[in-house]
Amino acid sequence: MAETPTTPYATVRRALKHDSGEKHVSGTAVYVDDVPEPEGTLHMAPGWCRGAARGRIVALDLDAVRAAPGVVAVLTAEDIPGDNDCSPSIGGDPILADGEIMFWGQVVFAVVARSRAEARRAARLARIKVEEDAPTISVDAALVEDATVLPDYQFRNGQPEAALDTSNRRLSGVMRIGGQEHFYLEGQISMAVPGEDGDMFVHCSTQHPSEVQHIVAKALDVIEAGVTIEVRRMGGAFGGKESQANQWAALAALGARVTGKACKLRLDRDDDMIMTGKRHDFRIDYSVGFETDGAIKAVDMAFAARCGCSADLSLGVVDRTMFHADSSYYYPDALITSRRMRTHTVSNTAFRGFGGPQGMLAAERLIDAIAITLGLDPLDVRKRNFYAQGADITPYGMRVEEFATQHAIVTELEQTCDYRARREEIRAFNAANHILKKGLALTPVKFGIAFTLPHLNQAGALVHLYQDGSVHLNHGGTEMGQGLNIKVAQVVAEEFAIALDKVKITATHTGKVPNTGPTAASSGSDLNAMAARRAAETIKERLVGFASDKYGVPIDKIVFRDGHVLIGNEPILLGQLAKAAISSRVQLSATGYYATPKITWNRQTATGRPFLYFAFGAACSEVIIDTMTGEMRVTRVDVLHDVGKSLNPAIDIGQIEGGFVQGMGWLTTEELVWDDRGRLTTHAPSTYKIPTASDVPEDFRVSLYNSLGNPEPTIYRSKAVGEPPVMLANSVFCAIVDAVASLRPGVIPPLDAPATPEAILAAVDAVKAARVP
Amino acid sequence: MATVSMTVNGKTVTGEIEGRTLLSHFLREGLGLTGTHIGCDTSQCGACVVHVDGKAVKSCTMLAAQADGCTVTTIEGLARGDQLHPVQAAFREHHGLQCGFCTPGMIMAAVDMIERHGGKLDEATIRHELEGNICRCTGYHNIVKAIKAAADEMSGSVATAAE
Repeated sequence: MAETPTTPYATVRRALKHDSGEKHVSGTAVYVDDVPEPEGTLHMAPGWCRGAARGRIVALDLDAVRAAPGVVAVLTAEDIPGDNDCSPSIGGDPILADGEIMFWGQVVFAVVARSRAEARRAARLARIKVEEDAPTISVDAALVEDATVLPDYQFRNGQPEAALDTSNRRLSGVMRIGGQEHFYLEGQISMAVPGEDGDMFVHCSTQHPSEVQHIVAKALDVIEAGVTIEVRRMGGAFGGKESQANQWAALAALGARVTGKACKLRLDRDDDMIMTGKRHDFRIDYSVGFETDGAIKAVDMAFAARCGCSADLSLGVVDRTMFHADSSYYYPDALITSRRMRTHTVSNTAFRGFGGPQGMLAAERLIDAIAITLGLDPLDVRKRNFYAQGADITPYGMRVEEFATQHAIVTELEQTCDYRARREEIRAFNAANHILKKGLALTPVKFGIAFTLPHLNQAGALVHLYQDGSVHLNHGGTEMGQGLNIKVAQVVAEEFAIALDKVKITATHTGKVPNTGPTAASSGSDLNAMAARRAAETIKERLVGFASDKYGVPIDKIVFRDGHVLIGNEPILLGQLAKAAISSRVQLSATGYYATPKITWNRQTATGRPFLYFAFGAACSEVIIDTMTGEMRVTRVDVLHDVGKSLNPAIDIGQIEGGFVQGMGWLTTEELVWDDRGRLTTHAPSTYKIPTASDVPEDFRVSLYNSLGNPEPTIYRSKAVGEPPVMLANSVFCAIVDAVASLRPGVIPPLDAPATPEAILAAVDAVKAARVP
Repeated sequence: MATVSMTVNGKTVTGEIEGRTLLSHFLREGLGLTGTHIGCDTSQCGACVVHVDGKAVKSCTMLAAQADGCTVTTIEGLARGDQLHPVQAAFREHHGLQCGFCTPGMIMAAVDMIERHGGKLDEATIRHELEGNICRCTGYHNIVKAIKAAADEMSGSVATAAE
């Protein structure tokens, strides 16, 4: 038996390696671009207008494109037999522009050629005449024009206006938070292969195969059952392949339909960065009322998001910003409003955290502002405002049942990272150094787990048991590196009590598990592992019933153990029992289905419970800044994070480390810049700074919180881990604020995110120039 | 069109290519060695690193014609049969990968780094040397750990062999 004193489980809750690890290190893992191309495969490139961000197309001359070497077809909106739209929500995202340019990078036509190079060269030869209008680029400009993509929305509880007026102290301010490019290492790619009857098979790098299937069917005007999407793995996604894969899959399918040949479309990196949506950037106008001990009485937080030219997923993204505008703090009276601003920029989309990080960072700004104003340690102000007994209702009415977990995590981290002693050391260092200043911050994470669109909280799985005892595993989730497949396989191996190498992980396939939601909202393993377990349970029940009849042993005396089924005292190999069952006409294939319980959120009335539970964590970061140059280094990071009872601690720690660094990049070096004509000037890693190994602190201490398990009955009492760690990096931003604030006690640094050296230097100068209040 | 000939993973290969063909494209499309990945198309991300005459090169920054007559090793040529190279084994062992797309380039860069620095490879040097390889998933921590472990192991075995 594989039992150990610490766990009754053989496969789950173990630090097992990523299932594709050996293939990754050997270069044999297959991504879409590595799938062998059918003979005669054609290659595609998008064509677009490089001169305009907004206007009407008055002339489109594609003669030179058609005449270019290697070109087989040139596709425009007129070639789309069905719906020319790839929106995941309410429309407004043409696959190919239909007369109107809405942002710089909008695809106007697509070239199909013998080779990718020929397609790309030909695409540059188009002559597109656009009658230009002045584009609206910034949130501020969109606010002036009152241009939105969706109606405004708000949470209100209590009497925030009155409470702000009667609070002992009151602060108001404006903060801006930048967006973020996903920079998945594998760019957007699809290869469509036409079949009989007009069927289409698409190899696609997407987090949402069912939606790609839906979009392709709609565009080609064929039935969804004739379109199949397969995803073996993605080379990273981070939300950037939730809706943003739709367009490229639709174009590849259109090319395949028109030419009758397999068509592949892999975006060039610069095109990818120009043409696909990013994390939303925000302007936040806030007022906070508080007492002299730092206790918040009331907040008024107005979020204005740059959504870009269409709605895409902005409804849910900005809702999640509002759901996280409390970070971990109790607001007795609150008004949280949101506006979804329309600009002539690429439509912003899902990005790990899905709006949550921006809401939480705004809350941390409130805390820092209060602490600096009152001369208190920000950690004390944070703790003063944590959810607690009698102060456990969020602004959207959900109770934070597990606030004690948050308290325990912060208390433990405060001790293990030696916060108080280091605070004193830093105070002494800053007093002794005029140029270099250190900062320290310990910030919490509380992240709501569930899609806030309730219908997305469902998943399916398909499991077959074969007569050699091996298992074919399929589920609706997609693998983007996060380790979803190994976690689900661990659960299925545990169910059947078989070795992990008997469980065959297979590519996500819309023909095996249909009508799935996206692999997003950190919910991949919560949903799919549960569905897979139920499928396995169904097969086991049938086997047990069969064995009970055949051997005359009561069903409670039949157990699965160590590759065998113990029938009474008689062990039989699982494969042997399977073979016998098949001979007796017992079905050994089953589907499993899971829908998250307890979700009752009603957006219209803003009532009910949006989340099943919260994932918690905390991080403490120390930074040093150079007040002459704005340069900054993160010198130490301590993390304590709650994953419930981890399904796989190695995978989870990897998610925490990677999420932290991605969040740190968002808040420090990753700056998106559009010029005044709406052109993105940061469209390659040469101008857009992704963290590299030397940007990450050597002293990086990550621990899992020793949890008793998720109080909700999730899969083996684990908690979701995909997104929450991104927000651990708020500690880096707050530590920078702390370092700048050390220059002039009482002055709140006007630091916006990302805290680039330029932004830090500007904040330093502003603080130095400020009059002490 | 031009004819190029080179030794790739121990085998002599010849191809008819356009002069502008990049080495990365020749390896992937001409030879089917798809373990060399294309991430950024512009010689920045490092997903396409291979060894040319024993030195790490971003294969999208080099023409295939420039590699004429050279010895090229790709990720597929690193293992000895079924036995992973120590750097490959270390990346797997230390969870130095998630989506895996940067992994081949990381490993090829790491092997070159270890060969140049030997057992003197410290963490700061590893981090500095890795600046040309972007990973968006792991936060680098486990990658650095894997390279350090492999460097220690390889220098240890070198020392043992010399004794």
